[in-house]
Amino acid sequence: MSSDLLLSVRNAGKQFMQGQRPRWACRGVSFDLYPGEVLAVVGESGSGKSTLLRLLASRLACDEGSVFYDLREEAGNGVAASRGASGLVDLAGLSEARLRWLARTDWGFVEQHARDGLRMNVSGGANIGERMMALGARHYGKLRGEALSWMERVELDVDRIDDLPGTYSGGMQQRLQIARNLVTHPRLVFMDEPTTGLDVSVQARLLDLLRELVDQLHLAAVIVTHDLAVARLLAHRMLVMKDGCVVEQGLTDRVLDDPQHPYTQLLVSSVLTP
Amino acid sequence: MTSVLETSELSKTFTLHARGGLALPVFSGISLSVSPGECLALTGHSGSGKSSLLRCLYGNYAASSGEVRIRHQDQWLSLSAAAPREVLDVRRRTLGYVSQFLRVIPRVSTLDIVAEPLRRLGVAADEARAQAAQWLARLNLHERLWHLPPATFSGGEQQRVNIAHGLIANHPVLLLDEPTASLDADNRRVVVELIHAARARGAAVVGIFHDDEVREAVASRCLDVEHYRKSN
Repeated sequence: MSSDLLLSVRNAGKQFMQGQRPRWACRGVSFDLYPGEVLAVVGESGSGKSTLLRLLASRLACDEGSVFYDLREEAGNGVAASRGASGLVDLAGLSEARLRWLARTDWGFVEQHARDGLRMNVSGGANIGERMMALGARHYGKLRGEALSWMERVELDVDRIDDLPGTYSGGMQQRLQIARNLVTHPRLVFMDEPTTGLDVSVQARLLDLLRELVDQLHLAAVIVTHDLAVARLLAHRMLVMKDGCVVEQGLTDRVLDDPQHPYTQLLVSSVLTP
Repeated sequence: MTSVLETSELSKTFTLHARGGLALPVFSGISLSVSPGECLALTGHSGSGKSSLLRCLYGNYAASSGEVRIRHQDQWLSLSAAAPREVLDVRRRTLGYVSQFLRVIPRVSTLDIVAEPLRRLGVAADEARAQAAQWLARLNLHERLWHLPPATFSGGEQQRVNIAHGLIANHPVLLLDEPTASLDADNRRVVVELIHAARARGAAVVGIFHDDEVREAVASRCLDVEHYRKSN
């Protein structure tokens, strides 16, 4: 069964200089992710979870360890350069251009602040169309049709297709960002606090949407969140980080209902349940 | 009949790190086995660890020592040692669970909640909803509630949603945590009939039944969890 691994992380670590001293932002992280699996990374600010996400998505290079990804079914079907027997390739060995291609087709990255993930100077529809154009789509009617269908899918008013994202509400921008990422049918989506900063009712709607899309599209996802309720609702598995290290990982409901590590126990018992 | 669910020397102790590593022993040394068509009732006073045992059998609580094994896709699998995605696959295909409390998902209708286990098995949406409707009707949940999220339902209504959700996929092994606790006599009777039907189709059932009458009606044998109580 290990042959259908999508992402494999081995002993990954990243060091930053703090003052004159090097400090490990995260270190010794290992896990495997399978197609369709949703993993939540939880921990307080500064625990290294966002750094880890950037390592996984090759936005930062590992100082230690490796991130392997299965290139076999890569969208657009580029020629696999350094394919291993299992199809897993060390991302550190891929060219910049190749990584950019992966990021634009087979991966998605949903930023906490939608503005960071959207192009604010082009219309909502053009934001959705951009990744399809990267895959070679040029037919205006088709691009527009696809953009409309994705707007419907993420519950955006299709009459707003020609409006700039800046005129959208925060919740709408986040849904637009999701549509923009999913239009190329990526196999893996990274999400950095996708619901933080939204009103509670908007959050619920977005979570429900994400849950459905992940299910329907059989997406694998790594979701960084400090909200345990988000993890419970969306994730199959959890990874708990503290001071750059993974202190506990396992099935989501097991980690939340029967936490083993002192830090996880503290985290779970600190949540107010209305 | 060969068993489909077993434990050997299963123990559970909670360690409270915020209390200086205080150990709260729950039970130890439980070895049980359940065969198709059987219903094993867990008995003992409240606080004796019945629900904790049931949660260990579901993989929701980690076993402190010992093992939980289940027949899954014609093979034995150690549930207590399985990877998360294996546990989830067991829950999808083999192991159903009716908890005491319904975990409500915002915005999702009752009908879709009940249909979800079938959807996860690949049943088409319309068919899954049609079956969900049958289960809800069988459990006397008024049709006007089907399209609402169950957040505002009464305890008894939520419990019936929970039962329909837990039974709809006809899993070979069922765990029932007080399925009749907040039901009136009529609905208790329906649930007893449903458990009989599950046993008749060959399901192995482990349950906690607070109500003596219900327990006597559905259980084929009992296990007193008090006997496995760990002393401090």
